[in-house]
Amino acid sequence: MRWGTFKDTASERRLFQRRALVSLFVVLGLISIVLGRFYYLQLVQHQTYSTLSEKNRVQVQSIPPTRGLIYDRNGVLLAQNRPVFSVTVVPERVTSIDAVLDRIDQLIGIPEGDAERFRKRVKEYRRPFEPIPVRYNLTEQEIATLAVHRHGLPGVEVDAELVRYYPHASLTAHALGYVGRINENELRRVDPIDYAGTNYIGKLGVEDVYEDILHGTVGYQNVETNARGRVLRVLEKLNPVPGDDLRLHLDIRLQSLAMELLDGRRGAIVAIEPATGGILALASAPSFDANQFVTGIGSKSYQALRESLDLPLFNRALRGQYPPGSTIKPMMAIGGLDSDTVTPQKTIWDPGFYSLPSSDRVYRDWKRQGHGRVDLRESIAQSCDTYFYEMGYKMGVDTMSDYLARFSFGQDATLDVGGALPGLLPTREWKRGRHSLPWFPGDSVNMSIGQGFMLATPMQLATATAMTANRGKWAAPRMLQSLNQGTDAASVLPATTLGDLELQRTEDWDYVIAGMEDVMHGKRGTGRAAGAGATYRIAGKSGTAQVFSLQKDQEYNAEELAERLRDHALFVAFAPADDPQIAVAVMVENGGSGSGVAAPLAREMLDAWILGFPEPPRDFDTVASMESR
Amino acid sequence: MAGREYLHQLSSEARLGRPKGWLARLHLDPLLLLLLVILCGAGMVILFSGSNGDMETLERQGVRLGLAFLVMFAFAQIDPAVYRRWGPWIYAVGVLALIAVAVAGVGAKGAQRWLQLPGLPRVQPSEFMKIAMPLTAAWYLGTRPLPPRLSQVAVCLALIVIPVGLIANQPDLGTALLIAASGLFVLFLGGIRWKIIASFAALVGLAAPVMWFFGMREYQKQRVLTFLNPESDPLGSGWNIMQSKTAIGSGGLSGKGYLEGTQSHLDFLPESHTDFIVAVLAEEFGFMGIIALVAVYVMIVMRGLYIAAYAQDAYGRLLAGSITLTFFVYAFVNMGMVSGLLPVVGVPLPLVSYGGTSIVTLMAAFGVLMSIHTHRRFLTY
Repeated sequence: MRWGTFKDTASERRLFQRRALVSLFVVLGLISIVLGRFYYLQLVQHQTYSTLSEKNRVQVQSIPPTRGLIYDRNGVLLAQNRPVFSVTVVPERVTSIDAVLDRIDQLIGIPEGDAERFRKRVKEYRRPFEPIPVRYNLTEQEIATLAVHRHGLPGVEVDAELVRYYPHASLTAHALGYVGRINENELRRVDPIDYAGTNYIGKLGVEDVYEDILHGTVGYQNVETNARGRVLRVLEKLNPVPGDDLRLHLDIRLQSLAMELLDGRRGAIVAIEPATGGILALASAPSFDANQFVTGIGSKSYQALRESLDLPLFNRALRGQYPPGSTIKPMMAIGGLDSDTVTPQKTIWDPGFYSLPSSDRVYRDWKRQGHGRVDLRESIAQSCDTYFYEMGYKMGVDTMSDYLARFSFGQDATLDVGGALPGLLPTREWKRGRHSLPWFPGDSVNMSIGQGFMLATPMQLATATAMTANRGKWAAPRMLQSLNQGTDAASVLPATTLGDLELQRTEDWDYVIAGMEDVMHGKRGTGRAAGAGATYRIAGKSGTAQVFSLQKDQEYNAEELAERLRDHALFVAFAPADDPQIAVAVMVENGGSGSGVAAPLAREMLDAWILGFPEPPRDFDTVASMESR
Repeated sequence: MAGREYLHQLSSEARLGRPKGWLARLHLDPLLLLLLVILCGAGMVILFSGSNGDMETLERQGVRLGLAFLVMFAFAQIDPAVYRRWGPWIYAVGVLALIAVAVAGVGAKGAQRWLQLPGLPRVQPSEFMKIAMPLTAAWYLGTRPLPPRLSQVAVCLALIVIPVGLIANQPDLGTALLIAASGLFVLFLGGIRWKIIASFAALVGLAAPVMWFFGMREYQKQRVLTFLNPESDPLGSGWNIMQSKTAIGSGGLSGKGYLEGTQSHLDFLPESHTDFIVAVLAEEFGFMGIIALVAVYVMIVMRGLYIAAYAQDAYGRLLAGSITLTFFVYAFVNMGMVSGLLPVVGVPLPLVSYGGTSIVTLMAAFGVLMSIHTHRRFLTY
């Protein structure tokens, strides 16, 4: 203590005690604030935070339903589900997405496109903590590699999911369509709750048309999770309802045969059971392996498919629109007879060409020297153009269009194939709207033999042929035969598209069909080579569709034309003629002659269906069981 | 009124003179010891839950507590005169060590806090400072007439600012604030005039915006921003505070039950065994558990202030008062931070949170407190 300073201990003690008291009050004040805060959080806001805590702890997980299977008419599996292993990343649980991708790439490799798609999906809208797939179709080796390095890869998981698999691959691609990853647009369209947890959706064909039925109903489970998203236990569960299985009219044996017949060509074959409208075969070649599209096709493979000159992705059976050529002559004949334009007794003299009364323009018959005197039945059998030129000119476009429309031309009359195009059935109004020109009589002449403006798909040709086989009774073309869950197909199919065609004289049907039988079995029938040796009666009609029209008097020389400028070969047929079991339409692009190229294919289809398949095809299961042995 | 009665009670008890009993002969204060044992015992119980039943954590904490009680016992035996004599030297060594840290320290996570001398264990000089600061401030003011003159206040502030500045620069804002508080408490209890306090407060108010723009580092600003609006970044720095509020709020009046807390046991609550352990208590024992804990803290503070009020001399009073109030600040800042009242600064819940040297330092301070109480030679009253 320094000199001169005075320390008053008593007053210092009092001063301290006052200050200590102030401190105590401050302490008690602050403690009250803290207690008030806890009171507020724990009693006033208790409900709010309880809810937050439960939301932390309990998570609702959706359990995706198993997609319904697709069978052919004999119960052969056409579309199934099989487990596929994929490696997924939860972006919320990794520190650096780039580092994780690099590491996975080092371990098992990530194709360029997959990494890109992953990054895109990270940026898109998604549920928090949702795992995003990085690579699919892991092999057991790759799964093991990831398992070994698991400790160094938090947030990276190997997931198994059921993925669509088409055992017949390219054989059924155009008939069934396929499923693929749901994209953002589709996500907006579907019920987000029902599709929570589902990664795939029908994109095309039957898979798309019957999406609602195949999908099923989503299930839920409430799970307790920790902060890292790991599921600790299941608290509550509501099982999903799997989608219904579909049984189609399709017969995979006939479908395989059709694809085999088209092998190496570009074309389509459609076969229909006339009585039911059931589609027995729907083949378009070349085809592609639909399995590629399920988990997402690599951009290189996709580009190859897209840029192929043969257009393998193009469904020629449903979307290929060709001039129908002479294959519509039977339907045209029905129109001519029923509209009283011609009678069975009427004959003409065919000099090999036809010209309109007030014009010097000449319309050639395919046979230069002409068919001589022919009636309608012979004109069908020999495909005499001149008879139809004259008849078409007399009927006029309105009558022709009216009758052809009853056979489904110019509209998509299918019930559930999905994506079929309507073709083109020209009318006066159409021509004025499209070309700003009136309908000329010459247009009717061209239309009478299925040339000119008219376009039809192979599906429409088969449909019209089936209707002819049915003698006017309408059965809309359909894929679905029944639902395996016991629901009748009729309850899910849309309303039928057209009505029956009732003629003034039902015997006109027999007359025209007799002409079609002559095509196959007659002495001068254009398809007699293909009909030779048949033990049952076939009704058929050949057709040749010009790819471009020839100038007047110009000689047609197939050899001189590049292969792709050659005519399309067409053939329609049904059998047996008196009790039709099958109607078929064959189209071979640039095949040349309908009777020469398309007719033999049609014959093989009919033989297989009516006489039985030569040998049971080695189906997928037997091959698989042999390999496993 | 209550204050006057309290004073009266204090003085009547003080006449009883030097504490009696075998514990007193060991220089221990029975009441304070009992409260500390209760607190540490309860702390172990909560830690068992907060660490998810990790026995290794519990064992280490037990060893640390045992060591801390030994340190407290040892510090209680030392006469306050020794502290008064050596305090400034400890302070000087501490400041030198802090300078050494700034020049050649080692650290982690962007902060440079430790000193690594060859052949010696790693030391954290800022931890020493927690004791040295009140020792020195009490020494400086306690040996001079009180209330302090303005020049003495200035010297005392300089004594505070030097180490606090060094520590804040490491950067370790939490520790710096606590050490500053312990020095300022000495000034306040020493009787610094209200006028000075008021003008000082005004100065701080003016300096705050300047600090914001020029003095604070980005992560410190971020903490303050997150404190002001924790929902702004629910997966980043706001996560901790959201989750701890959720844990506290979902506890309700009586809690979810011991070991039944979902927030802590499912790992939603971060740092559930260290800084945020009070949220575990709040979740599992509810508001009633919090009241019990706060009651223990308040009783310790009251006992500490009682000891201070009846200390031998001004030095003892200031030292004991500062130690007690600093202990309270620990508890207040931690509970305020966990409940979202204050920004997140790394201050553990005293004697409950797992870890570090802080438990040993705190118990050493309580040893000093007991020494002050049990080494009184005569009554001044």
